[in-house]
Amino acid sequence: MVKTDILIIGAGPTGLFAVFEAGLLQLKCHLIDALPQPGGQCSEIYPKKPIYDIPGYPEVLAGELVDNLMEQIKPFQPGFTLGERAETIEKQEDGSFVVTTNKGTQHQAPVVAIAGGLGSFEPRKPLLDNLSKYEDNGVAYMIKEPEMYRNKKVLIAGGGDSALDWSIFLADVASEVTLVHRRNEFRGALDSVEKVQHLKNEGKINLITPGEVVALHGANQLEKVTVKNTDTDQDIDVEVDYFIPLFGLSPKLGPIANWGLEIEKNAIKVDNTLDYQTNVPGIYAIGDVNTYPGKLKLILCGFHEATLMCQSAYQRIHPDKKYVMKYTTVGGVTGFDGSKKEAPKAVVKAID
Amino acid sequence: MSDIKITITDREGVAHEVDAPTDMNMNLMEVVRSYELAPEGTIGICGGMAMCASCQCYVQSDHQLPEKSDDEDAMLAEAFFVKDNSRLGCQIHIAEDLDGLKVELAPAED
Repeated sequence: MVKTDILIIGAGPTGLFAVFEAGLLQLKCHLIDALPQPGGQCSEIYPKKPIYDIPGYPEVLAGELVDNLMEQIKPFQPGFTLGERAETIEKQEDGSFVVTTNKGTQHQAPVVAIAGGLGSFEPRKPLLDNLSKYEDNGVAYMIKEPEMYRNKKVLIAGGGDSALDWSIFLADVASEVTLVHRRNEFRGALDSVEKVQHLKNEGKINLITPGEVVALHGANQLEKVTVKNTDTDQDIDVEVDYFIPLFGLSPKLGPIANWGLEIEKNAIKVDNTLDYQTNVPGIYAIGDVNTYPGKLKLILCGFHEATLMCQSAYQRIHPDKKYVMKYTTVGGVTGFDGSKKEAPKAVVKAID
Repeated sequence: MSDIKITITDREGVAHEVDAPTDMNMNLMEVVRSYELAPEGTIGICGGMAMCASCQCYVQSDHQLPEKSDDEDAMLAEAFFVKDNSRLGCQIHIAEDLDGLKVELAPAED
């Protein structure tokens, strides 16, 4: 069981900055995120795109902002449970909460802050009739153990970087790799596109473009897929052991929607007059995942919400203590790792 | 200030004739959101970067629309329910020559 002071669900910019504000109050944080890396949308959707409205940064790339936040919170040694989705929450007798992920990892904290953005990123699934029948029986949406595909026949669908990269990787592992994409053009790193072209010329990748998988076949296990050539409208059957559609990810509010929190417009209602607490005391919602009159889904608003949430969390965890806000310029930043940052002292020296 | 009329058919099949301002640097996705013609969180998920297809719509009138950018073209190649007249609403800038535009929102993914 992971124990911490504030359990943050979502490791996007808002969740990450909450670690810093909590750290100033000597509160420890642990973050859960369904994605395998921190940064949320900034890392997953648009790491190379610029943002112009982060105060003090005339321009910053989303990926850079995440790197900077990670650097800023490093002294406060946040814990991470990545690649797992927060599934259930249970209130304990002592008032604390236990949050369990889809992989069974348990976390306990007196305060839970949901910084879930638009929800957890789930793979986009193609629209095929009997798709769910073959999930885990030949259909996979991500490649976790490449060795599974050794000497197997694999068909990958998609036109982005992950479809290209995995086709290249599996060309050396699988006995047969087929790549299907709806267009002749691929949107990926030029280098990857050229490599796939090369592997196709060598006969190591069987390329079907423009094409679309239209049907799956097999008694229990996937045995065959039908690919339609969308130019000629001709169907081809391809014998496969695995079909891996890589159509990117899309966010879903997911299990959080069933936690007994008040939801409005796909977002969690919070008290914006005070501390961004939800209708369940001890559970807060900050950043894009919350809603209140006048809400703006901006990173800078998430930072503000995270800061006020931490003050309220402090009061909840230490009801008997009085806290007076201190500027970091005055108090410095003392990390849990023993590091200390502070403003240099002025030198007092007489001038002769 | 000049407004144009746009008819937007929502995902339930109901047509709405709305006024869209041409002087506020808006795109079609933002017009749909401002009139709440699709639930929050089901449209404009990426914020208008042509990086999701949640604002996909079918253009029903014969207006001359600007050419698709490579980003929009690539995104539509991976979207679902795509038709020949599919466009991403976020890439359609509201301008005076779009007066009378008719579009239908594509279904939401799952």
